Amino acid sequence: MNGLFEYIKTVFKGVGTLLTGMKITGSYFFRPWKHVTQQYPENRETLKMFDRFRGEVIMPHNENNEHLCTGCGICELNCPNGSIEIISMSVLTEDGKKKRAIDKHIYHLGMCTFCNLCVKACPTGAIIMGQEFEHAVWDRTKLTKVLNLPGSKIAQGVKE
Amino acid sequence: MGFNIYDFTGMTHNMHVSFMEHMSPLMTTIVEWTIIGVCYLLFIALFGLFLVYAERKVCAMFQQRMGPMRVGYWGLLQTIADFIKLLMKELITPKGVDKFLYNLAPFIIMIATFMAMAVLPFAKGLQTLDFDIGVFYVTAVSSIGVIGILIAGWSSNNKYSLIGAMRSGAQILSYELSVSLSLVTMIILAGSMQLSVIVEGQRDAWFIFKGHVPALIAFVIFLIAGTAETNRGPFDLAEAESELTAGFHTEYSGIKFAFFFLAEYINMFIVAAMAVTVFLGGWMPLHFGSLESFNHVMDFIPPLVWFFLKVGGVIFLIMWFKWTFPRLRVDQILTLEWKYLLPINLVNILLMSLVVLTKFHL
Repeated sequence: MNGLFEYIKTVFKGVGTLLTGMKITGSYFFRPWKHVTQQYPENRETLKMFDRFRGEVIMPHNENNEHLCTGCGICELNCPNGSIEIISMSVLTEDGKKKRAIDKHIYHLGMCTFCNLCVKACPTGAIIMGQEFEHAVWDRTKLTKVLNLPGSKIAQGVKE
Repeated sequence: MGFNIYDFTGMTHNMHVSFMEHMSPLMTTIVEWTIIGVCYLLFIALFGLFLVYAERKVCAMFQQRMGPMRVGYWGLLQTIADFIKLLMKELITPKGVDKFLYNLAPFIIMIATFMAMAVLPFAKGLQTLDFDIGVFYVTAVSSIGVIGILIAGWSSNNKYSLIGAMRSGAQILSYELSVSLSLVTMIILAGSMQLSVIVEGQRDAWFIFKGHVPALIAFVIFLIAGTAETNRGPFDLAEAESELTAGFHTEYSGIKFAFFFLAEYINMFIVAAMAVTVFLGGWMPLHFGSLESFNHVMDFIPPLVWFFLKVGGVIFLIMWFKWTFPRLRVDQILTLEWKYLLPINLVNILLMSLVVLTKFHL
């Protein structure tokens, strides 16, 4: 008798778990506005990528054409496949001392695997991941970019 | 030739009479067979294509995707494009296949599908054959399909095809029992195996309401076993993409593959149509005992619309199963059938007999 009771319990439990699954998929089915698919070329104007999306490495500049990069080269060391080359130079500060500064932050987009290690390693937060993803070009030399804008310099108060 | 969307009996009778006036009886028979054949062919091709489209859309919706969107408005022409592609593909015959059986298998499956379609009552008077053993005929004929599957797997000279076919054979043979027994439960209530009589008997209340608890259990069992009969997920281990590439139709290409594909979807339609005919009142409108005005409003909707609405609902339910539940293992499938469905079914038949004997139904 106990066995029969167990048997009936198994049947009801089984049906219950199946209904739980159907409830979840059903909730997806009947809420079509929650779909994740993007109709890409059509919604190109309004498409907003997600915050954590890794499109490319960029170096933000403020309105005075200043960035946060000290030219320390940690990002270059951290890059697993050599996508980043740092060319630094020395500049004279106001009190006559020599100081290292960034000359060219070269970024090879064609080699980048978007692993995010350079962004994590950067001590001053000078480079971040941008949201641009339409990277197709006719000439692959265009994939080598210099991230710091011409004539830019380091912002005041950035500690080494 | 009067056309009445509520009753097709007069229309078909008038057609028959006017054919008989102009032609010999032999010619009449040939012409009528041709017309019916063309209708079924068109219906199977178009409805099969629509079902493939519906399946892709429903599956996408369950997975928070959108499905085909590019070919035609909301991807409506997608399956037609796919079908044209399949028609243009080369028919490859692999080395070492049993040529005769290999070419025969798709036709056996298609023939089984066609034969099962023949007795389905679409509306009043829209039924090609009205056997007095209609239900028995459907279960008998639909199990011919498994021979086609076994032949396809055997003749393909491919171990995966053979494994798939054998799994399918074991599964269909087991679940055939549940399908038949759940139908037997309803035959006890209906008192007839003739499909037109079964539908007629549901004028006041559909059998699922009339037979209440045992009918509901039989309906659930029929749905489960019917899903297994058609080799659809979660019972699709006969094709098990991840293990057997595509099971018994791995080696088929082009239109032969399309035959298997169409037959699978039309079999789903047949299972849904049988469920609708036996449990959900066929083409009968929804009636509640004493609500006269409600019943009149329901009568206003043509039977064909009722039939396809209900079939659509059941097909949606079957798709819901497929895209929710993970695939069962072979031993789990057989356990489900022999340890759960079959005993429950037998007890259910007893219960239904008691209900009918004591007239404890609506």
